[in-house]
Amino acid sequence: MSNFLNFPIIPVGASTFAEKVDPLFYLLTLMSTVLTVGIFMGIVIMAAVFRKKPGVDRPSQALHAPILELTWTIIPTIVGLGLFVWGAVLFDDYIKVPEGALQIDVIAKQWMWKVQHENGMREVNDLHIPVGRPVKLTMMSQDVLHNYAVPAMRVKQDVIPGRYTSLWFEPTKTGAFPMFCSEYCGTEHSLMGGTVYVMEPQAYNEWLAGGPKVSPQEAGRFLFEEKLGCVTCHTGVSGARGPDLKEVFGHAVKLADGSSVTADEEYLRESIMEPAKRIVATFTPLMPNFANQLNDEDVANLIAYIKSLTEEEVVEVETGAPAP
Amino acid sequence: MAVVADRQIIHETEIRPRHYLNVNHSFWSWFFTTDHKRIAMLYLGTITVFFLMGGVFALLFRLELMTPEGDLFQADTYNRFFTLHGVLMIFFFLVPSIPATLGNFLLPIMVGCRDLAFPKVNLASYWIFVFAGMFGVGMLASGGVDTGWTFYAPLSTHYSNTSVFMAAMAAFFAGFASILTGVNFIVTVHKMRAPGLTWFRLPLFVWAQYATGIIMMLGTPVIAITLFLVALERVWGVGIFDPAHGGDPVLFQHMFWFYSHPAVYIMILPGFGVISEVIACFSRNKIFGYHFIAFSSLAIAVLGFFVWGHHMFIAGQSVYTGVVFSLITMLVAVPSAIKVFNWTATFYGGNVTLESPMLYAIGFMGLFTVGGLTGLFLAAMGMDVPLHDTYFVVAHFHYVMVGGMVMAFMAGLHFWWPKMTGRMYPEFIAKFNAVIVFLGFNATFFPQFILGWLGMPRRYHAYPEEWQVLNVMSTAGATILGFGFTLAIAYFIWSLFYGERAGNNPWGAKGLEWTIESPPTTHNFHHIPTVTEDPYNYTGREEVNVQQ
Ligand code: HEC
Ligand SMILES: [Cu+2]
Ligand SMILES: [Cu+2]
Repeated sequence: MSNFLNFPIIPVGASTFAEKVDPLFYLLTLMSTVLTVGIFMGIVIMAAVFRKKPGVDRPSQALHAPILELTWTIIPTIVGLGLFVWGAVLFDDYIKVPEGALQIDVIAKQWMWKVQHENGMREVNDLHIPVGRPVKLTMMSQDVLHNYAVPAMRVKQDVIPGRYTSLWFEPTKTGAFPMFCSEYCGTEHSLMGGTVYVMEPQAYNEWLAGGPKVSPQEAGRFLFEEKLGCVTCHTGVSGARGPDLKEVFGHAVKLADGSSVTADEEYLRESIMEPAKRIVATFTPLMPNFANQLNDEDVANLIAYIKSLTEEEVVEVETGAPAP
Repeated sequence: MAVVADRQIIHETEIRPRHYLNVNHSFWSWFFTTDHKRIAMLYLGTITVFFLMGGVFALLFRLELMTPEGDLFQADTYNRFFTLHGVLMIFFFLVPSIPATLGNFLLPIMVGCRDLAFPKVNLASYWIFVFAGMFGVGMLASGGVDTGWTFYAPLSTHYSNTSVFMAAMAAFFAGFASILTGVNFIVTVHKMRAPGLTWFRLPLFVWAQYATGIIMMLGTPVIAITLFLVALERVWGVGIFDPAHGGDPVLFQHMFWFYSHPAVYIMILPGFGVISEVIACFSRNKIFGYHFIAFSSLAIAVLGFFVWGHHMFIAGQSVYTGVVFSLITMLVAVPSAIKVFNWTATFYGGNVTLESPMLYAIGFMGLFTVGGLTGLFLAAMGMDVPLHDTYFVVAHFHYVMVGGMVMAFMAGLHFWWPKMTGRMYPEFIAKFNAVIVFLGFNATFFPQFILGWLGMPRRYHAYPEEWQVLNVMSTAGATILGFGFTLAIAYFIWSLFYGERAGNNPWGAKGLEWTIESPPTTHNFHHIPTVTEDPYNYTGREEVNVQQ
């Protein structure tokens, strides 16, 4: 019972935005309360004073008060304009990302959040960040609209398919803070949340270094399937726009000019960075050039992934074990 | 001389006077009538059914929200419930509510003519509405829809596997019904005013309907196009909104809100009109600032088209666009604030009585004030970031739509019910009910402001435990509110059969509608009246000064 009555009505604030937005919220709340109570009292008092009294036949008279009218026109206008300016200035903070912010990529899909840190560390739904340092999330959706919202940080941003959006904030307190998807996105919308863990910088660095590091194959798969969308052509089905990459590494590839080459790491690298140089037989050269989107590590990860496709096949054939 | 003779005949047949309700009882005479009063009653019956359906869905999902876990219904079921609640309440109740019922009934009488300019178009409007309703029912029968009433793409165009097409078509056709009503109102006000009834002698209710007509006519085609494009993309895969097909999901939101923000004014302006009439009548006073209220309705109708982007501050809209929308929104809020001051000032120097319509009107003023003020939170860009898409928004628009619009509708129904049906409802119960509805409403929606500030997102089937108490309060309030509306429907129906007969002017109100019989005859006036005085002329003590 004591627990029942003990429910929060004031949200935790854990970012520099909370310090800026909360005063405006409480000021507006105060203003609204005063005005609402004032108007209601006004109505009650007037209704009482000017109530129709039996027996008294008072001719009605209209109020003439130009000064009053002017006042109640000018004051709301000034208040409205003031609020507009205050709100716009606050919003300016929300969009101006400070230099040196920690860059984190977020990909949303029905119904999960995939987060990737600068060093390749990945997590799902949760987000680990250090306290006292601005963080910028660059986000994109793979299907419908979503919205990344952390109430304690007072941030929220729609996540849109086919377009990057971003948000930033600077946590001021350590702890675990809930995160929610705030744009309706279908069946499991209300379960599409997670936790933001704000840690001491030391602890964060340890987490970043010691946590379950993503293997190069995993990172490559992420690039291949999600970030760069290679799968859209290399679907692995015959008749697709790009060749099936399963049986490529270590095998002979027939090229359009009739020659043939054994696919090694260098061949794979060249196929990714300069796809037009050597064309696979029977395919139209429509593969885009990815050279300026990829750093060396990405390419290495991609190659590791493509290699793993072949190895998997081999392993499966050898053991005959059913797929999990 | 003829006038006198006419009147005598009526007095002699007092026992069973012929009026629009009892001229003919056949099915055909009701469902294919061109009498604006009968059409108003048909609309009233139809939208009440939709209101009850929408209300039941609301109660069902409020039941689910009693517990933090999503345990009562499946997530998909829950999502359908809130979507159906929204679609039915917005497109099938709130938009037609006052214009199609009270507006239809009263506008011709208030401008002193025998029917709307295009009676057959009016009938067509009703039947289109019914046709749209059939799509609605078909949509329900085929499993409902789960996209939210906002139909955001690409969820609606691609990912949802419910009856989006049927739902979009239902709203699409309902829109045409409202366009026809709007056009009819505009022409009637321009062309059919009685002699002597100048623009500034029109009751404010008429001004409000006129302004609403403009929005209906200009705004509704845009939502029709938008929904049509959704159908096109969904059924034939034409890429308009889904980026996977080369479309843009933000474009959908622009098109959607270009109508749906003005639609907020389609819903609230007629309410303003009702409140002006009721407050003037029960204060027995001239409305304060008549010209201001009349013109601000028009100004709101026009400016209301330039604020839609305040729904999209963090939806991927450009920041500069957002700034402009925020500014205009703040400016549009000012006239609404002044209106509340004007109504309050109307009490001054009057002879105030608190009959049930007045209690609802006072409830309206309080709740609408809260709704408007919390709108300022959301219009200030920086403040909108934490509040957007939370229960704060849900509470805000229910304060405007239910606390404002539905309260005004209740005020209007109680005010004109004697005129429409010739019967009085039990006044004491009605007063009691006004209090019940007011309290139930606040219990339902006030906790939602707090939930929103705590960060609870909208459209959540399950939620963290610490928000349970506030949600339980809200559900309890919804039950009281549901009881209140049911009670009102019950005593209105009761009054049809057992209510005391109302005289022509039970409230001692001014206005042409109070000079004719209750219920009116099919042709409203025996002779077209000539108007010689300003509206709300309560200052003198003589009875209504209208020459027949
Ligand atoms: C627009 C479709 C398209 C996309 C996107 C695409 N590719 Fe290709 N890719 C092709 C086509 C067509 C070929 C065969 C013609 C050629 O060799 O250029 C090809 C060939 C290749 C080859 C050589 C295959 C062989 O059998 O020798 C590799 C390796 C490769 N792509 C990797 C990638 C990677 C990695 C990505 C993502 C970064 C990617 N592709 C994205 C269309 C695409
Ligand atoms: Cu979601
Ligand atoms: Cu709006």
